[in-house]
Amino acid sequence: MSDVASDVIAIIAKKKRVEKSSVEMSDRLEDLGLESLDAVEMIFDLEEKFDIQIPYNANTNNPRTEFETVADVVKAVEELVAQKKS
Amino acid sequence: MTEVKRVVVTGLGAVTPLGHTRTSYWENLKAGVSGLGPITLTPANDELTQKVAAEVKDFDPLKHFAERQISTLDRVSQFAVVAAREAIAQSGLIFDMPLSVRTATILGTGVGGQTTHDDSFRRVYLEKRTRVFPLTIPKLMVNAPASQVSMDCGLRGPAFAVASACASATHAIGIAFQMVRGGLVDCAVTGGAEACITFGTVRGWEAMRVMSPDVCRPFSKDRMGLVLGEGAAMIVLEPLERAQARGAEILGEIVGFGMSADAADLTAPDRGGMARAMQAALADANLAANDIQYVNAHGTGTAANDDTETKALHEVFGPHAPKLAISSTKSMIGHALGAAGALELVATVLAVREGIVPPTIGYLGPDPACDLDYVPNSARSLSIESAMSNSFAFGGLNAVLTVKRFS
Repeated sequence: MSDVASDVIAIIAKKKRVEKSSVEMSDRLEDLGLESLDAVEMIFDLEEKFDIQIPYNANTNNPRTEFETVADVVKAVEELVAQKKS
Repeated sequence: MTEVKRVVVTGLGAVTPLGHTRTSYWENLKAGVSGLGPITLTPANDELTQKVAAEVKDFDPLKHFAERQISTLDRVSQFAVVAAREAIAQSGLIFDMPLSVRTATILGTGVGGQTTHDDSFRRVYLEKRTRVFPLTIPKLMVNAPASQVSMDCGLRGPAFAVASACASATHAIGIAFQMVRGGLVDCAVTGGAEACITFGTVRGWEAMRVMSPDVCRPFSKDRMGLVLGEGAAMIVLEPLERAQARGAEILGEIVGFGMSADAADLTAPDRGGMARAMQAALADANLAANDIQYVNAHGTGTAANDDTETKALHEVFGPHAPKLAISSTKSMIGHALGAAGALELVATVLAVREGIVPPTIGYLGPDPACDLDYVPNSARSLSIESAMSNSFAFGGLNAVLTVKRFS
């Protein structure tokens, strides 16, 4: 597992108050019961952790459909981190 | 038992992104003019992600206040006092004794003197100064606009601030209405003021992820969220017999006030809470749902509010809902938080009086979740007997007023 994946899982696990080990890359966000305020707080935590800007407007984006699984979130964060470096 | 009085409006004042008087405000609302534009008020506009707000443009405090008085007034209190002076001038009331001690000053504000707050924190945290300006505290306190209106206009009766975020002004006007109706006071100067377009506050709203990057399109397809606004609106209320006895021009009648709390989510709107406040405002006025012709909606332009408010309107108005003219003036003046309800009540009173419904501008077409008549893009002539003004706040606090044409 990459460092990014490990950090993303830690942030999601903290939000859901569960053990990191119980969150799998293949878990669907919807099944994790992530609500709208959870999503906004999770995005804040990811932006702070990786010093990235995640374009997200609660009126037009739905993280539970755009990012189906934990792996989707990890991929998006990895891309933004790579963009920042280049 | 206390005698119940009819409560009428005899004065209106407004400082808005569409002009600094009630007349300029109302003419621009009817013309469907947008008050939105680039953010210019903060010390670091370029650093903000959000670029757009509805600012009160070209407001020069020196036109309204002596320099000595300006140093005591945050921008929010300046707006409040200027609007109160205009409303009182229109009413023709002179607040000498005993009327002065029998007049209430009840003002809504969501966040108080944010410019003073922001400037002070900037000095101590960023510039590492050891001192802030001496009047920092009395300028930023949430009751400052109420206190300043009371002082400037010589109003010596009950005076306080009401804070319920985006519903503050509607709660304030509703409480003032109840006090006049119940005979606790003989007159009230009431409304709301907000001046929240500061660097820190805009950053806070950015973090909520609910702001539109360009245009506020309430109830429209492809709406992208709310746009912050600012300003003040004030209303003079008095009992009907008093207004008639002195030959005052009566602009409209406040007939009902309803409140509720969702006791649910901190930010997500709740259809049940909204519906209960609307039903309470109808019942308080002895109005049936089909007595209402116009609703000035809360209509923030967020996906969640407009969808939920539409469902609540269906619940309250049933088969009458599609016949309502509904508009959100926030499409033109943005969301002025604690002032919003007062700006919207002024628009509602004038709409009823003139028989003209201000439009919802920026409307691109129907969203399947918002299936009512939102008076898209241009004003409409409509004979209105009774109207409703909705305010629904973060924290789940809801307030609704009902207004009747005076005849």
